[in-house]
Amino acid sequence: MATNNEAWGSRVGLILAMAGNAVGLGNFLRFPMQAVQNGGGAFIIPYLICFLLMGIPLLFVEWTSGRYGGQFGHHTTPFAFHKMNKRWLWKYIGVFGIFSNLSIAAYYCYIESWTLSYTMHSAIGTFHGLSQHGVSDFFTNYLDIRTSTTGIPYEAVVFFLLCLTLNIWILSKGLSGGVEKAAKIMMPLLILFGIFLAIRGITLKAGHEGALFDGLVGLNFLWTPHYDSLMNPKVWLAAAGQIFFTLSLGQGSVQCYASYVKKKDDIALNSMSAGWMNEFVEVVLGSAIIIPISIGYFGLDKVVELTQLGGLGLGFRVMPFLFGHWGPILSVLAGVSFFGLLFFAGITSSLAMGTPCMSFLMDEFSWRRGRAAVAFGVAVLVLGLPTVLFFQEGVFDEYDYWAGTVSLVVFAMLEIILFSWVFGLKKGWAELTSGADIKIPNVYKFILKFVTPLMLIAVFFGSAVRPVNDDWSKISFRGWKLHNESILGQMLHTSIGPNHKYFSDAFYSEKSGTVDSLFQLRNRNYVRVSDTENAEKTSAAFEYKAKNQLRVKLGDKINSGDVLYTGGVINKVFFIDISRFLLTLIFFLIGFTVFYAYRKRVREQRI
Amino acid sequence: MQTQALVFIRSAEVIITGLTLYFFSRVFFPGPNVGSDSYIDQ
Repeated sequence: MATNNEAWGSRVGLILAMAGNAVGLGNFLRFPMQAVQNGGGAFIIPYLICFLLMGIPLLFVEWTSGRYGGQFGHHTTPFAFHKMNKRWLWKYIGVFGIFSNLSIAAYYCYIESWTLSYTMHSAIGTFHGLSQHGVSDFFTNYLDIRTSTTGIPYEAVVFFLLCLTLNIWILSKGLSGGVEKAAKIMMPLLILFGIFLAIRGITLKAGHEGALFDGLVGLNFLWTPHYDSLMNPKVWLAAAGQIFFTLSLGQGSVQCYASYVKKKDDIALNSMSAGWMNEFVEVVLGSAIIIPISIGYFGLDKVVELTQLGGLGLGFRVMPFLFGHWGPILSVLAGVSFFGLLFFAGITSSLAMGTPCMSFLMDEFSWRRGRAAVAFGVAVLVLGLPTVLFFQEGVFDEYDYWAGTVSLVVFAMLEIILFSWVFGLKKGWAELTSGADIKIPNVYKFILKFVTPLMLIAVFFGSAVRPVNDDWSKISFRGWKLHNESILGQMLHTSIGPNHKYFSDAFYSEKSGTVDSLFQLRNRNYVRVSDTENAEKTSAAFEYKAKNQLRVKLGDKINSGDVLYTGGVINKVFFIDISRFLLTLIFFLIGFTVFYAYRKRVREQRI
Repeated sequence: MQTQALVFIRSAEVIITGLTLYFFSRVFFPGPNVGSDSYIDQ
């Protein structure tokens, strides 16, 4: 019978692995985007306050509950929580700690595979000489699995499989022989690449290498504080959300890594080292790369517009083009460094997502390491393929929203209630400070008991009922219009327009305006509707298939809800609901497995 | 660069980098409580 006798090889290895878990793609792509979209310097103050009042306390909670569970041989949250409180509910709340990791890994490994592919393309000079449109089209083609950028059929799928295989291989080598070794190699390289790019970013000079502005203009924007932002709930929600993502909190991976720490070993200093290292990478390095470089070439207004593409859009559609200005050698070096560091950031995080899933199988069903690693890989492949195949239909976004955003907040809110109020702060504090190499200020007792739980409850309810345009003055007992991205808004499909049926005989325009173009792109047919009377002149292109019959012609004026074409249509809402059903099914399946494992433990008298 | 932004960025950079280095120095030069060997599960 195999038993889970994994352990960390060294303290530095543990901290680097834990920092690698936290440092992810979000440090370089999401953080700068959030900062720009929330007013630059306006974002930084709430962000730093959230780090001190929510990030650090949650790190303490997760490291402590992880090490506590590990003492009893429980390396995952369902049974660690059960040990903290015997009520049946807590072990099922612990299911989030496996569910989130598995579901996030399903789409995260896909993004990770893009970075691997882009590192290769940067090294072989694929982007050399391409226009901005060319680089952007390259990304669109890459995501469209029917086309290939290199001649490799299904290139995106091939890289996804390659990336998964690499994850499985490292995971199968074990905690100290695989995860820790990878972190010890990759984290220093990541920081080295980051420092190189940050120096390039802040030393960018207007008039040199095609730059229009100094790189410092970007930093200036990012770091000019706006104290009035402290009164804006939207900025607080964004800042709190970023703290979750960046520290990998509410996910279950921190608890799992910490469960392999011995009872007498420190967790207070270790958690601070890993947490502050993440902040160094995010705030000092992450803010000095993408924003200064892109603002240097495009100017502030254009970059604010480009951030609507999201961090991934800016990183993959724009950065390779900007590096192209630096000459043939430096552009290759910059491209390899940028996508290389993203790959290292990504894989050290996905390894942390794999470990809880594997630990669960090893703890509860005595699976061998290799077998558990393959099982994780297969599960990620099965769950991840819908995000690859139906990326354009919004499946990826659904996974990201429910598993990668909402689940984290819900889990974190419940785990701090468990720690501070159910398990008890006195017991929790004693556990946290046992073996500690630093003294934690006593004020954190108050923060853990009151401030962090209240902040998390506020973040959850704020996200659930977020009003349209983030206008909180509209909130009243008579009701208000929900933001499309609010939790309730998402549940009620407020963003879905007239095409709200799964299957339909007609497709209705989701925009009012004039039909101004019928065009083909990558063998797909599109009809474009533009709102020319609007000052912003917005337009939307709707795809139709050869079997569909167009019911409009060029120059027609149409309203939102008018028929654009007829023939069998499967609407996006179908894919959205299927994704949600799939995620719910996974949650319940894991819950059932926990129930089965619990019964098994009771039978074997191991609980 | 505006003075206010410069002061802000430098302060944040110094504090974050300083604390990161401080905590790491404590890891590399620990007190009497913990030695790194205790992590090896043998």
